[in-house]
Amino acid sequence: MSRPDAAIGVWTLRWRRFRGHRAGMASLVILAALVLFVLAAFPLQRILGIDPDTTDLFARFDPPSPGHLLGMDEAGRDVLLRLMIGGQISLLVGLLATAIGGVIGIVIGLFAGYFGGRVDGALMRFTDGMIALPLLPLLIVLGAVDLTKLGFSQDFAQSGAAGFWRIVIIIAIVDWTGTARLVRAATLQIRERDYVRAARAAGASAGYMMRAHILPNIATPIIVSFTLTVGRVILFESVLSFLGFGVVPPTPSWGNMLNNAQELVTTAPMLAVWPGLLIFVTVIAVNFLGDGLQHAFDPRSER
Amino acid sequence: MTRFILRRCLQALVVLLVMSFVIYSLIGLMPGDPLDLMIQSNPGATPAVIARLRSIYGLDQPIYLRYAHWLWSALQGDLGFSRTHSRPVLEVLLPALGTTCKLMLISFVIAVVLSLILGVWAALKPGGWVDSLVSLAAFAGISVPVFWLALMMILIFAVRLHWLPASGIANVGDGSLGDYVRHLIMPVTTLALATTGGFTRFVRASMIETLRMDHIRTARAKGNAEGRVVLVHALRNALIPVVTIMALSFGSLFSGALLTETMFAQPGMGKMIYDAILSNDFNLALSGLLFATLVTLLSNLVADIAYGWLDPRISL
Repeated sequence: MSRPDAAIGVWTLRWRRFRGHRAGMASLVILAALVLFVLAAFPLQRILGIDPDTTDLFARFDPPSPGHLLGMDEAGRDVLLRLMIGGQISLLVGLLATAIGGVIGIVIGLFAGYFGGRVDGALMRFTDGMIALPLLPLLIVLGAVDLTKLGFSQDFAQSGAAGFWRIVIIIAIVDWTGTARLVRAATLQIRERDYVRAARAAGASAGYMMRAHILPNIATPIIVSFTLTVGRVILFESVLSFLGFGVVPPTPSWGNMLNNAQELVTTAPMLAVWPGLLIFVTVIAVNFLGDGLQHAFDPRSER
Repeated sequence: MTRFILRRCLQALVVLLVMSFVIYSLIGLMPGDPLDLMIQSNPGATPAVIARLRSIYGLDQPIYLRYAHWLWSALQGDLGFSRTHSRPVLEVLLPALGTTCKLMLISFVIAVVLSLILGVWAALKPGGWVDSLVSLAAFAGISVPVFWLALMMILIFAVRLHWLPASGIANVGDGSLGDYVRHLIMPVTTLALATTGGFTRFVRASMIETLRMDHIRTARAKGNAEGRVVLVHALRNALIPVVTIMALSFGSLFSGALLTETMFAQPGMGKMIYDAILSNDFNLALSGLLFATLVTLLSNLVADIAYGWLDPRISL
């Protein structure tokens, strides 16, 4: 029951604007389909009774069949199932690294913007220094670090979990600069508003001010920036895993499934096509989603 | 202006110094150390011999002392010896730098020209079909994994169609220019396509914003031809932020070059760094990374200076 003259909430308005953004809506549908696709690994594993890591050297490069819709890879493993599980890993790395890097970026940006002066100067010099670096070579060096030299045990260093968390963390500590600058700029704008000064005059602590007054008011640009970061992180993950410094086999990821594809491009070209195509579709959908969100959050854009 | 440039130079120097220490420490954390390889090839080495070797090479010293030592020789122009190439690092580095600069420069110019044409064209009618198509292509450009694009190019143009060579910079025994160009087509196209996407979006956004400004309306009202309004009045102003962003994108261009070179086996800096890290060539990896950082810092400096020079509203 909605009355025509009833005021509409800001989120209703944003949703309406987002719905008007065709590319954004299309990418939302595509992303939902992708999530369903990667989660389909669990029932598929059950129903067909196949395992993503079991190799079968008699079934190498088998063409697609009813039991294995996309055929087998160079070690006789089901390509479709590995694409699904690899997708889980790639998407998870994308989300986790964005979240961790986002926290770093928000904290640095908030502190720099809120406290200003020396703190701002020091933090922003640091951020500018990071921005100036060529990221990929740096990521490769970080990916090549021997965990046992950092005091981790041999077993842990070679485990799949270590490979997974290592890539999440190295991407997060490299890719937070955009968020930091964005948060700082937005904080600087909000900081001098009257209601913020009133709260400060009333004796609110810095922590309370950031939580209650600043963060909620700069949330929308952060959400947009996070969306775009997820796309970039997925690309980083695929590159690193492809070069052999990321997610380590047998754990599949879209990146490391392309590992051997380069040599196999003459014998089994489809093995090189599928993972890359999925990365491409995911990242382009994420980027269009960010574009749609930006449109929806911008009060100047028409409905 | 001079003070600004000096201050930025100083800042860049500090960043470079800090980075050299960080990279030096990180390289030390990579698997293996220089002695491992000697010990492997010489199984008879006793622990006493190994310990003596360690002290001769200074590997028993704390990291900051080793770093200070390295820095001192580096400042005197001695970057050490490349293990895999058996030559001084500089001798390996400089030709590779040439290859990379060529690849990056050609791709950069193509990307700039393409993005100016596409971006301006799209901005003329925001929301029109040209704009939609250009936006889609630009999004595709920023979303495609560069190494996969390279892989697909190899698959189509080298494996299937046999039109172009898949790797290297020239056929053995064929020194002709045509052969050389044929080897360059795929790497340059890959890098240019991956770079054009981002640039196009910046040009388009900046043009749309500029075309809304009052001075454009004035220019039209004065009876200027539309082409002149767009290309002279609008484009010149729209280019100010774009130039900065293009110069700032050097870091990602280098990352793209690293992948392109690796995929197409071009003997450039990117492939050199990658191979050096894979084969524990510590000196080469360290110097290569620092060179890449240095060049990126320099290009950022140029971007800042260009910004102040192009935009009279900014006083430095």
